[in-house]
Amino acid sequence: MALDQSFVGRSYPPTDPYEVGREKIREFAEAVGDTNPVYTDPEAAKALGYADVIAPPTFVFSITFKAAGQVVQDPQLGLDYSRVVHGDQKFAHKRPVRAGDRLTVTSTIEAIKSLAGNDILDIRGEVHDESGEHVVTAWTKLVARAAEEA
Amino acid sequence: MTAKISYDDVEVGTELPAQTFDVTRATLVRYAGASGDFNPIHWNEKFAKEVGLPDVIAHGMFTMAEAIRVVTDWTGDPGAVLEYGVRFTKPVVVPNDDEGATIEVSAKVGAKLDDHTVRVDLTAMSGGQKVLGMSRAVVRLA
Repeated sequence: MALDQSFVGRSYPPTDPYEVGREKIREFAEAVGDTNPVYTDPEAAKALGYADVIAPPTFVFSITFKAAGQVVQDPQLGLDYSRVVHGDQKFAHKRPVRAGDRLTVTSTIEAIKSLAGNDILDIRGEVHDESGEHVVTAWTKLVARAAEEA
Repeated sequence: MTAKISYDDVEVGTELPAQTFDVTRATLVRYAGASGDFNPIHWNEKFAKEVGLPDVIAHGMFTMAEAIRVVTDWTGDPGAVLEYGVRFTKPVVVPNDDEGATIEVSAKVGAKLDDHTVRVDLTAMSGGQKVLGMSRAVVRLA
């Protein structure tokens, strides 16, 4: 069944702050095999002009995706999460995420479409730091595949 | 903030050094832990097949994270990546053997933009198929 269009434009309350730790960044960089010292060595980060180690460009997804959980698990929206696949992902960075950031995410439903029985949901996550400055915007397209005929 | 590559030294069509990334089941377990995405389609063969996949598949976000390394290794400064977007067109299927799968990433400058920025167009292949579509990054150069 097609999702309710009246959810387009709906924003969800900002998440509790997520504190970005140096060791979490290191763990992520190691998991993707990236040895750039700017992720692990504060001195290397300072040499590039950063206050502390920075996170890889896609690191913030683990925070925004958790925030998007508010949307996809909203019982009123009624998305069948067991059939959801990730369609598109985009980030626009005002600055890189860095160790010590305390980030909150505000998720908004940008679009809902129905295509060949699939429900397509566009979610925008605005990420701000503790001082209220915008850090990054993440756009996530989720596709809930049509259930097979019974 | 200080990319190694100068804006004046690149032109539309400039190719970035291509790279190949290996991915095994162990890689996916590590990525699941680091990213917090524990969806069993990325580590449980039985579950993956039950939902109609050929085998365990890599996280799309893992593939996205590997692909941008072609750009960040080129610039030296990952903070120079201002925008980055992809479409997940095909899954990276990861068999349960010692070799796993490989992701081959190539990239070239697609456009020169204002303010010392360029658009880089990326191509990511695995098993002879394009796994990322519309894969583009906007990067600030020196």
